Amino acid sequence: MNDRDDTKKKISGAAEPKRRTSLKLSEIADLLKCEVIVEGRGLEAEVTDIVASDGMSEVLAGTKSGELMITGLTNIQSIRTADISDACAVIYCRGRRPVETVLQLARNQQMPVLTTHLNMFDICGILYNAGLRGVT
Amino acid sequence: MSTELLRESYEVHGRNFDKAGEVSGNIKALLKEVGISAQVVRRTVIVAFEAEMNVVMYASRATITLALTEDSIELTIEDDGPGIPDIEQAMQEGYSTASAEMREMGFGFGMGLPNINRHSDVFDITSKVGKGTKLRSTIRHNSDE
Repeated sequence: MNDRDDTKKKISGAAEPKRRTSLKLSEIADLLKCEVIVEGRGLEAEVTDIVASDGMSEVLAGTKSGELMITGLTNIQSIRTADISDACAVIYCRGRRPVETVLQLARNQQMPVLTTHLNMFDICGILYNAGLRGVT
Repeated sequence: MSTELLRESYEVHGRNFDKAGEVSGNIKALLKEVGISAQVVRRTVIVAFEAEMNVVMYASRATITLALTEDSIELTIEDDGPGIPDIEQAMQEGYSTASAEMREMGFGFGMGLPNINRHSDVFDITSKVGKGTKLRSTIRHNSDE
């Protein structure tokens, strides 16, 4: 291998984080230092895919259900969208929390709702480095 | 022609963002109750939800009709909105006429109609400016899905 190849290898940085099959929602809650606002159906779901967006149609574009939804949008449509998409839970970023009427809908739908003080970029980075990937 | 097993109609009222999505939630509950598979239910209610949100954003009212046959689910959404001048343009992902207020609510990113098309096995849209828009989505629910 010549010097250029060696340099290129060093510049390209660390190897791609290893893809994991899944993480438990409870493990993700710990990683992101979440507060659980609504336990819903519980935190035992195995999370394989993530969708992170403030655009509800982006959440609905995916073809798989059971994803973990990360959003900063705290209106009632965030919970409706999560339910329509069959998301396993909703995590709000930047410490955001919905009003009580929205939380009541989440309780009625058994939708786990969590919040973390982390911003969306950092959340995505942490979960990517933990081996999870976005919904395709 | 396949036998129709069930038919339900729902009214959607425009501009009421708090209630937007309730009809789709009711459709979800109904389809689960009659034993439709989770994957087909998800596709159907995404179509219903996106259509319902378009009605709430742009029209004053619409009727959503759900028809379940032995082979498929057909959703028809007919509204009294402003109509779509260029359907081909409206079907492009990212194209949107949504107001800033709608975008702040998480909608109007130009993915509604593309999502409806994506989740349908057959999708048809007709529209007349000044009269309204009619969407028809067919989703198969046989065992080969």
